[in-house]
Amino acid sequence: MTASATSAKPREVRESVIIRFAGDSGDGIQLTGNQFSAASALAGNDTATFPDYPAEIRAPTGTLFGVSGFQLHFASRDILTPGDRADVLVVMSPAALAVNRKWLKPNGILIANADSFQAKNLKMAGYTENPLEDGSLADFQLFQLDLSRLTNDALQGYGLSAKEVERCKNYFALGLVFWLFERDGGLVEDEIRRKFATKQLLLDANLKVFHAGWDYGENTELFALRYSVPSAKDIAPGTYRSIAGNEAVALGLVAASHRAGLDLFYGSYPITPATDILHTFAGLKEFGVRTFQAEDEIAAICATIGAAYGNQLAVTGTSGPGIALKSEAMGLAVMTELPLVIVNVQRGGPSTGLPTKTEQADLLQVLYGRNGESPMPVLAARSAGDAFESAFEAARIAVKYRVPVVLLTDGAIANGAEPWKIPDVDSLPIIEPNLLDDAAKLNGEPLLPYLRDPETLARPWIKLGTPGLEHRIGGLEKWDKTGHIAYDPQNHHNMVKVRQAKVDGIAAEIPPSHVEGPETGDVLVVTWGSPYGAALTAVRELQAQGLSVAHTNLRWLNPLPPDLHRILQKYRVVLVPEINNGQLVKVLRAAYALDIQQYNRISGLPLSVAELRDAIVNVLPH
Amino acid sequence: MTLATENLLKPKDFATDQDPRWCPGCGDYAILNSVQRALAKQGIAPHKIATIAGIGCSSRFPYYMATYGFHTIHGRAPAVATGLKVARPDLQVWVATGDGDALSIGGNHFIHAVRRNVDVKVLLFNNRIYGLTKGQYSPTSELGKKTKSSPQGTVDNPFLPMSLAIGAEASFMGRSIDVDGKTLGDVLGAAAAHKGTAFVEIMQNCNIFNDGAWDHLSSKEFRADMTILLEHDKPMIFGANRDKGIRLNGLRPEVVTIGENGVTESDLWVHDAHDEDPTRAFLLSRMEYPAFPVPVGVIRAVQRPVYDALVNAQIVEQQAVKKANLQSLLNGRSTWTVA
Repeated sequence: MTASATSAKPREVRESVIIRFAGDSGDGIQLTGNQFSAASALAGNDTATFPDYPAEIRAPTGTLFGVSGFQLHFASRDILTPGDRADVLVVMSPAALAVNRKWLKPNGILIANADSFQAKNLKMAGYTENPLEDGSLADFQLFQLDLSRLTNDALQGYGLSAKEVERCKNYFALGLVFWLFERDGGLVEDEIRRKFATKQLLLDANLKVFHAGWDYGENTELFALRYSVPSAKDIAPGTYRSIAGNEAVALGLVAASHRAGLDLFYGSYPITPATDILHTFAGLKEFGVRTFQAEDEIAAICATIGAAYGNQLAVTGTSGPGIALKSEAMGLAVMTELPLVIVNVQRGGPSTGLPTKTEQADLLQVLYGRNGESPMPVLAARSAGDAFESAFEAARIAVKYRVPVVLLTDGAIANGAEPWKIPDVDSLPIIEPNLLDDAAKLNGEPLLPYLRDPETLARPWIKLGTPGLEHRIGGLEKWDKTGHIAYDPQNHHNMVKVRQAKVDGIAAEIPPSHVEGPETGDVLVVTWGSPYGAALTAVRELQAQGLSVAHTNLRWLNPLPPDLHRILQKYRVVLVPEINNGQLVKVLRAAYALDIQQYNRISGLPLSVAELRDAIVNVLPH
Repeated sequence: MTLATENLLKPKDFATDQDPRWCPGCGDYAILNSVQRALAKQGIAPHKIATIAGIGCSSRFPYYMATYGFHTIHGRAPAVATGLKVARPDLQVWVATGDGDALSIGGNHFIHAVRRNVDVKVLLFNNRIYGLTKGQYSPTSELGKKTKSSPQGTVDNPFLPMSLAIGAEASFMGRSIDVDGKTLGDVLGAAAAHKGTAFVEIMQNCNIFNDGAWDHLSSKEFRADMTILLEHDKPMIFGANRDKGIRLNGLRPEVVTIGENGVTESDLWVHDAHDEDPTRAFLLSRMEYPAFPVPVGVIRAVQRPVYDALVNAQIVEQQAVKKANLQSLLNGRSTWTVA
């Protein structure tokens, strides 16, 4: 039987719904959330997700710090964020309720697994009274389910252990919410069949529980109403899929390697939240992708530099602590002018900080955190889907200019998923590696490894193994053109300047900035990275109220877009919201000597639409 | 370039136009000559070779080799070489490193390259001192050594590089003194022919900051008695008079004199460089001055799977069973269409 959309109960149509699932780390919350997201995307909704999980893999059951959450925003219109607060909260335990009730809107639907609201769990969550019974949840529409009992009832006669039965209960909850929001269950059923392909008993049991959850919604008197979110109408035509930022980065780089005709090398050391990039690449060997799980972050980038010297599309990826370790080698790549892509999936810092939470506090680190004058192009993705294009662009620039390029994403982009319009491979730009691969190309002149292209200032990328092109490079300062070791004062000055000029010249690659809103006005909001969605949503809402506000997002952080200075001067106030203590704002103030406002919240969480609306209103000139 | 031409390679074909900037009298000159001779002898053209180094006196090596070359950063040469060899298995990759570079700042990369058995030749120039920073103790300096950074003598116990390598599952270990051109040449030749990480320790003199570092082994006066040249399948005999040998008493090596106490050649430990069990190689790695003659020559040469070959074999294997279609990769498992 397939859970179908037919029902005898009345339905209410909603334009958008934000649902949040929460439970213990081992409750399958991320899986549940992802399956609901995928079904919503297939139903034609626009979607955005926000996984909010702890660093501990299986924190002790019932603890506050072990609560894992997943928020999904699905809508019949174009949306840009996973939403501020939820319309529906599903909690599997008292701890999940304690941590997440602040995220539920007043009068929101609260579905609680009542079975788990027992003395021990209540105590661990810090409750002296059972909140399901003491009236403290009167602001919400509370639905209590005995999930464990209902799951157990559904599995009578299956001969499963109590523990195995308990592990099925997230599918009961998923079945119920699928019923509640008219989602097609086929996708979940396929996933169960795939996951338990070799365990027939568990396959049958999970299917049964999923259907039981659906039937429960249909048959119980608890739920009188279903909700329908029609498919979105204002979405550009095309073929879509759901994609998370880490996967998008990997695919963007594989696509770049394909369009460059170069095999891809990925050197990395496991680190949250970047590790999924390594996982994705490790599964793409048929595309000529070599992965090197190094002994440490330093080896990861050094091996990558070796691969770049060996003419592969060389990529390393990490998070902030890993960038700190890679910094010296990043300088080597600057000095040797080899193409390299360095992905930094930012997380909360300093030090180990908040491994699973998002932050934007590595901008100054990647711009300036190296010894000597060590300029490096820096790009940032604004969303999961945009990470594909940004990664492709990072690779294209690295190869064209023979330069290491940093691509910044963050935890919210890395793990959050959104619909992505799949590009036609043939429409992607061709990347021309333009290797110096034949001594005959020298026309009898001596090989000059640091001879520069007059337009890009790029040096030749010499194909190793070519007779007559043997040469030496290294981290010591070198003579212009020959690349020999050089300590000459004027030569060093010139080389510092030319390395800078090369990076500055990349500005010619940056297309005109896109500003949404009036060309001149009261406030321009400037974002980079994941606050893009919330900021643009806030700006649109204020524009709808008649306010003179505009928004632009920077993909390029070094060099800055050539038209940015002119644009900033057209607004009475410029506001830069960031999940850090004010980093881009420092860069912009230094670059343009303008009085620029900042808004910052550094709590490991994405910025919300509501707070950005308030922040913009607060800086409106009177 | 044809093989015939390659066979005519001369040591000078591996020399660059750069004048070495080592101190006059440095042991590195002898090593450079030996390496250039060994490369000419093996007959692989300079353009098929890459020389990678970290930081230190010895790490200037790539500038003086007319191969492809990369002078990287301190301690990281094995990591750079690993990436290069994985990307370009067609190149022969040599790493030049020192005791500080390989065993201190780069210790982690050294042991992991050895453990993976990446097909690179690692030449450890061991002079038991930091030369480029002008005379601090290194991780191979003998305990109690007085240097600029240890005026009362070091209190750090040194590494035995060979013990470290065997602990990391080294498939090839060879050793020579810098001035012993014959042994060094033979060891380099064997290292060049080896598939996998070939670790060569070269006991090198620093005539400025640690002059005479190996005189107790290298001087003509002591060499025959204080070193033992290991030859595969031959009994371990040494001494100016070729009358001393090593006998294994269980797992305890002991120095014996042939002809004394009824000891004959047949009682001696016969060197088996191809013994897969690392136990005896470890015993050899522990034979130290002054209790034992220090083993030189090829200590161990065994075959085991080579990292870069395995990485590339998996690529070939997957390409044979899966078709790489970028568009379907981008499409993923499920898509939907908006009209």
